[in-house]
Amino acid sequence: MINRTESTSQTITLTIDGQSVSVPRGTTIWSAAQAAGIEIPVLCHSPKLEPVGVCRMCVVDVGERVLAPSCMRECRDGMAVDTTSPKVEQHRRVLTRLLLEEHLVPCEREKTSGDCELEALGRRYGLTDPQGHSLPEKATNPLQDFSSPVIAVDHQACILCDRCIRACDDIQSNHVIGRSGKGHNAQIAFDLNSPMGESTCVSCGECVSYCPTGALTPKAITLPIIPKSEMKATDTVCPYCGVGCSTTVYTVDNRIVMTEGRESPVNHGRLCVKGRYGWDYTMHPHRLTKPLIRKESAYPKGALSSEVKETSGQRRKPGGIVDIDEVMPAFREATWDEALDLVAEKLNGIKQAYGNNALAGFGSAKCSNEEAYLFQKLVRAGFGTNNVDHCTRLCHSSSVAALMETIGSGAVTNVFADVENSDVILITGSQTTANHPVAATFMKEATKRGVKLIVVDIRRHDMVDFATHFAQIKPGTDVAFYNGVMHVLIRDGLIDEKFVAQRTCGFDELKKLLLDDYSPEKSAAICGIPAETIVDIAETIGRAKSMLIFWGMGISQHITGTDNARCLISLCLLTGNVGRPGTGLHPLRGQNNVQGASDAGLIPLAYPDYQLVTRFDIRQKFERAWGVELDHHIGLTVVEIMKGALAKSIRGMYILGENPFISDPNINKVRKALASLDFLVVQDIFLTETAEFADVILPASTFFEKTGTYTNTDRRVQLGRKVVDGPGESREDWRIICEISNRLGMSMNYASPADIFAEFASLTESYRGLTYENLGPTGKLWPCRDPEHEDGEKILFGDTFPTLDGKGKLVPCPYLPAAEVPDAVYPYVLSTGRVLEHWHTGSMTRRSQALNAIEPEAFVVIHPIDLAVLNISDGERIRVSSRRGAIELAVRAEESVEPGCIFIPFHFREAAANVLTIDVLDPFGKIPEFKYCAVKIEPVTESASA
Amino acid sequence: MGALSEEIRERIRAEFPKYPNKRAVTLNALHIVQDAQRQVSIEAMREIAELLELHPAEVHDTMSFYGFFRDEKAPLGKKRVWVCRSISCMLRGGEELLADVCHDLGVKPGETTADGEVTLEFAECLGVCEGAPCVLVNDECYPNMTAESTRELIKKP
Repeated sequence: MINRTESTSQTITLTIDGQSVSVPRGTTIWSAAQAAGIEIPVLCHSPKLEPVGVCRMCVVDVGERVLAPSCMRECRDGMAVDTTSPKVEQHRRVLTRLLLEEHLVPCEREKTSGDCELEALGRRYGLTDPQGHSLPEKATNPLQDFSSPVIAVDHQACILCDRCIRACDDIQSNHVIGRSGKGHNAQIAFDLNSPMGESTCVSCGECVSYCPTGALTPKAITLPIIPKSEMKATDTVCPYCGVGCSTTVYTVDNRIVMTEGRESPVNHGRLCVKGRYGWDYTMHPHRLTKPLIRKESAYPKGALSSEVKETSGQRRKPGGIVDIDEVMPAFREATWDEALDLVAEKLNGIKQAYGNNALAGFGSAKCSNEEAYLFQKLVRAGFGTNNVDHCTRLCHSSSVAALMETIGSGAVTNVFADVENSDVILITGSQTTANHPVAATFMKEATKRGVKLIVVDIRRHDMVDFATHFAQIKPGTDVAFYNGVMHVLIRDGLIDEKFVAQRTCGFDELKKLLLDDYSPEKSAAICGIPAETIVDIAETIGRAKSMLIFWGMGISQHITGTDNARCLISLCLLTGNVGRPGTGLHPLRGQNNVQGASDAGLIPLAYPDYQLVTRFDIRQKFERAWGVELDHHIGLTVVEIMKGALAKSIRGMYILGENPFISDPNINKVRKALASLDFLVVQDIFLTETAEFADVILPASTFFEKTGTYTNTDRRVQLGRKVVDGPGESREDWRIICEISNRLGMSMNYASPADIFAEFASLTESYRGLTYENLGPTGKLWPCRDPEHEDGEKILFGDTFPTLDGKGKLVPCPYLPAAEVPDAVYPYVLSTGRVLEHWHTGSMTRRSQALNAIEPEAFVVIHPIDLAVLNISDGERIRVSSRRGAIELAVRAEESVEPGCIFIPFHFREAAANVLTIDVLDPFGKIPEFKYCAVKIEPVTESASA
Repeated sequence: MGALSEEIRERIRAEFPKYPNKRAVTLNALHIVQDAQRQVSIEAMREIAELLELHPAEVHDTMSFYGFFRDEKAPLGKKRVWVCRSISCMLRGGEELLADVCHDLGVKPGETTADGEVTLEFAECLGVCEGAPCVLVNDECYPNMTAESTRELIKKP
């Protein structure tokens, strides 16, 4: 870029096509023209990408000897720009003609979405002749590559504009696409010139969204892709993770055809593979379309699928979803009235016979705030019990317990995008690129600007490629590691003494524990990280002006999950890293509405907005609002409810959108528990593994079939809009909840989700003032003082914490080992988790063609050294067993795990990781220890598999 | 792991101190590997990327840009012989010389003899115009060549 110094003024005035324009210094001619409403054609440029000036389509006449590329050239005072002179137009025409020489007209993009930018220029200059262009000879390289399940590559249509390369490198930081060869043979290439489907491409589709031609196009998933102008566009958000990306969904005839990222403070238009390609589950033929009642002949209750009935984990049919043909005969179709009446009769009967507390409900973090609010209202006011919980119990309940105890609020203190202001990012127990892929792009981007990234994890995952520091700790030793780090901070005077004195309490006790017991050497002996590395990481944290901590299930899913989170909180408080830009505590929320479902009171100890059920004044407030008497006992949590079912103290359950048969620990026990319920009603979109145990199944709506609000990991409340109508007689979930409630004598009458939201918001502090109208296109962060004019508060607790004394509490935590450590019989440590392409129990993602094609099968990750010792080869089927059960699945050899540790994703029912996991709980958060149990590994012998 | 020997890795690492960053060692690493292995294989590029802390695509970009480097589809023979055909050499019989050598070896420019001994290339000026026509064998240049003297030169062990 040319640097001129003739003027020091910050505003530049020039003329473009005779029009006087004033722009800030540093603005390019292209941007200035754009702002003035003058469109200059481009091929290689896109406003969100760094300009590279390789296509020369945007040249303009600035009175110099040669034409200037407007995307690169900065405006100068007094410059006279001509964007359409005959010279300029002649240049563009020739360039378009040359590019079209090698471009087969129409290309795939033009044939489908009809927006090939090159062919549009061809039409503008009268050059495009649908018959006139022949394929040039390019014998050495195959020109088309259909190896990716979601993206079609046609090198013939490529004009080497580099947009895809910049989208891959600069926007998503995946660095898969490069340029191969030179001159006439130059083309884009994936990794080491692999077919796209065999490369390290993660199928985010960012390249496709930037490609101007048919070189990179989306493959059709449902109906053929047609021009956007001929489809219905609905602005909504993504149904998957807690990042909550904004999307636009395109439909034709009540069918989704494609999804695009939409501009928002959350995702800046970016998406990942799930958001962009994983929506077709909503149109899957297995969708439930009528209420179902279990036939008399299908009692006594139990699992119906053969692979579940047999404990060996054998499957008769290949594939990963419930075999409808096998399960459906156990049910008969019913009318809504019959099914709902039966539900009310049975639930009422249990209530009369065994009391309110014999009932329980599981809501879902995949449902909206409105549905979560109604569901907990139904359980509390209709059932008359606080036995209501959802899957947050299985993900961040320990983090929330620690946050509530120490800083008085369970939500994040800062948004993830504020990493742009951080000196240091600490990511721990989070495989961010797989579980929060779009949030990860912002973190990766920050590291390229020099932000230091510390990764602490038991697995070497993809974020480590961007890290300045990596500590691969032994499983379950987080407390020892962080205690060691904090020891060094205190010992070496690296803490923020002013902050500690003014904003915290409990320092002396913490200091005593740390200095007495957790020297780096002692920590090193427990966590396996050299003492020097602990010191180095402590110094990096201590010297940073700002640090933002992100954590995931690797921290929370331990019996010491609350202790782990307490340590991270202490680390932040000791170093004064709360309440300022670039600082904060951010437990990354897994599901799209974990934050909102908890906010809405879908937890046993609190009404909406964490107002405790045990407090008299609060209970009175809700009794007045809901017009019934409420129970003052804290209810049971997820795993406790299952144990209650087994002990017959819980007799009836309403499960909405949860699948505990796959998601809960020790599922052989869950199976017995579900089978022993007197009555179970399951409301879901598919016949899930859990629904096999149901007496009544109610056909619900998917995310795309209803309107509601969802609160993302940043506390951003966003509107998810109805995109299509549900199939058959399926109903919107909020309507079903109201029907059941009304039949139980607890009247619920709402005109719309907006009505429900208004009632919910009025009973909270955090959501008060928010309405469907003022949420706007990109939602609002709670708290938001002035929703009509402000976006809401990004950074919380700048002056004080919402605790009784306003101070943050430092809680000393001694290291405790995991519940079930390896021994001679079960010598390996099993950790469970997720993969990029799948979601929770797979009921949605395994019914999405693209996602299922990329990752179709269960697998276990084992270190090559362990495999060598066991004489097992990569890809072989093996048997993994714990004290609770056994599964069989294929081996994937990877050095991402340490020898002695193995990893199994829990999405796959045919080899459900939770057959193996242990159902011991963290004493505070009541979260099970999914991340640690002892297992053994054996080859599958003929006799074992027979 | 395993395309690059520890010795080659050491030689690549020895280049690090000479440059401001590891990325700058890309070309040297490619040369070191090709000299030793007569090709830069896909696996070798992956390992170079790991050593230099680059993405594989970045190493491939550089490697594939330079026609000098060969992948496993067309590995070099033990000797790489370049016959210059630029203007000075051409005027003094460079093109005929190239044709003769092609005939002798039974290969076209760019190809390697079946026994894997010699790879023949044409060069665009070796900078020895005073000795036209000239021939380069690996890193050594020979001026004023004839078909006969080139034949002898190639035969020389």
